[in-house]
Amino acid sequence: MDFLRKNPSVLWFLAILAVFTLAVTLMAPGTGSGAISTSFVKTLGKTLCLAMVALAMDLVWGYAGILSLGHMAFFAIGGYMIGMWQMYARTEEIVITSLAQSPIPPTATEIHQGIASQIFGVVGSSHMPEIWYFAHSLPAQLALVVLVPALLALVFGWLAFRSRVAGVYLSILTQAMTLALALWLFQNDSGLRGNNGLSGLQNIPGLGKVAQETLSVWFFWASALALALAYLLLAWVVSGKFGSVIRAIRDDEQRVRFLGYPVEGFKLFVFALTAVIAGIGGALYYPQAGIINPAELAPIASIYLAVWVAIGGRGRLYGAVMGAVIVSLLSSWFTGGRVPDVPLGFATIHWVDWWQVLLGLAFVLVTLFAPRGLGGLVDLVTGLHPPRRHGAALGPDSGSLQEREAQE
Amino acid sequence: MNSLLEVSGVSVSFDGFRAINNLSFQIGPAELRAVIGPNGAGKTTFMDIVTGKTRPDAGRVLFGEKSISLLKRSEAEIARIGVGRKFQRPTVFEDQTVTDNLMMALKAARGPWKVLFWRPGAAEHARVRELAARVGLAEALARKSGELSHGQKQWLEIGMLLAQEPRLLLVDEPAAGMTLAEREQTTAMLVDLAKTRAVVVVEHDMEFVRRLGCKVTVLHEGSVLAEGSIDHVTADPRVIEVYLGR
Repeated sequence: MDFLRKNPSVLWFLAILAVFTLAVTLMAPGTGSGAISTSFVKTLGKTLCLAMVALAMDLVWGYAGILSLGHMAFFAIGGYMIGMWQMYARTEEIVITSLAQSPIPPTATEIHQGIASQIFGVVGSSHMPEIWYFAHSLPAQLALVVLVPALLALVFGWLAFRSRVAGVYLSILTQAMTLALALWLFQNDSGLRGNNGLSGLQNIPGLGKVAQETLSVWFFWASALALALAYLLLAWVVSGKFGSVIRAIRDDEQRVRFLGYPVEGFKLFVFALTAVIAGIGGALYYPQAGIINPAELAPIASIYLAVWVAIGGRGRLYGAVMGAVIVSLLSSWFTGGRVPDVPLGFATIHWVDWWQVLLGLAFVLVTLFAPRGLGGLVDLVTGLHPPRRHGAALGPDSGSLQEREAQE
Repeated sequence: MNSLLEVSGVSVSFDGFRAINNLSFQIGPAELRAVIGPNGAGKTTFMDIVTGKTRPDAGRVLFGEKSISLLKRSEAEIARIGVGRKFQRPTVFEDQTVTDNLMMALKAARGPWKVLFWRPGAAEHARVRELAARVGLAEALARKSGELSHGQKQWLEIGMLLAQEPRLLLVDEPAAGMTLAEREQTTAMLVDLAKTRAVVVVEHDMEFVRRLGCKVTVLHEGSVLAEGSIDHVTADPRVIEVYLGR
């Protein structure tokens, strides 16, 4: 395995993830001692999904230099796609059970009608929208988890990159994309239950007899596996010439064009690939969260994603994972209301409110003083020191330095 | 004579300013040519047009035996057809090693899928070593190119151009910012390159052009003012007026 030998951080990452997974399994109520609660297992599983979308963000921003502030839209779309099947299939189970009591066996149309009015009663409709056409089929919806984000990313990316929209304008455009999607989903007649979103996603159709404490561990395993595979894939993608080219695009895309590389094609490829990874992450996240609604596509969600990656350290995959895991866990701890308030006499710091300030401050400090982010700590451990350049950065973007530091 | 690049009747204006005015230019398949001219003569715009960065308002740009028109093509396509360009400021990818830079430039398929599955073999490594040796960077293969000196970066960029195996090389002010020794080495390199391909050197510095000892094209206000040997053009009264008269 030449690839692993040249990228020792991959083995380290997989080993740490494996140990973490084992530890959680041994402590989870479904499979182990019960030292941690089922809801905490779900939080950890969700965190792994967030780490996955952070990996995607790192590829698209840290490596390819495209500051997309819309990747959480792809994440949410993945959630919606799996949620549609879950709602349909579970409602189908309920409708069939309730109709079984009637003297005449129900027809397929009656069942379909029953499902539609059950799901859409909440938005005052009893009609099944066309976009639910495949909702009865798990394989079809699983395919859509991948296809819808990929297609959206391809269409959006093709329009944006072809017109050579870059930099801050592209970021604004991606914000507009996620906002537009959110506003569309908020409408009741968008066919995805408006602001109610899809709920009851913690119940998996056909697995009604499996307890939540067991199910939570299964989803945790699935999330860990997906994260490991995504990490391996992306580490492989960036290890070769492809990685070289996208980093080059980040630093000087005009020069890359004169080398003969179709820059727009590469950007589109990266954008779509990361959208797919985000979609898969979302499809694993929302069954653990139990509910998805259009607020998940709010522009701020994608900005948080960028903040995680910046704090974790752009341009190195494990940095993104560190940022997402540490910041999102801290965030749920601070906003969980269990952190004691700090009375200062003249004012009291309520962490639920002040956490945002702390996060904002951390972001500014990291950007100013530690552009390598938390990933830079790994350099301290491995004894990799950047040469003193007296303030002059190596390359155009000091925040994006690679694992291999220059030799002096 | 069969020409590799044929530019004829090309004009381009920016906001009413005629940067290139009915310019015609030809170069053979293995020829060294210097293009000189005062500031604003249209030297850089000329290179922009040939490499696809700027679209002319009128005229033709034909390349190769099949006379492919370069006008409707993107920068990347033109580069793949065989036009290499070296910028005035050395533009190498500073965050990456010399090897990475050369590997990226090495002639190979350029599409995203092909690049994704491309892995360098022994032949590619040998070629990179050979190129590095040719531009005097054999010892620096593992170094980040950002750590190289200015002159070394210029050579690395020339090495990358060689790796691309272009049939036409456009070089913008190669001697700028170089020491005397580096200039001599660069001159030798360019003369050597022109034995197997067409090289167009855009230069300010008459002394450097004289060293190249090749045919010279003088641009002025977007069109060709004079063409011939360096002694011929420097004796031309119009050239003297343009260069010294103001």
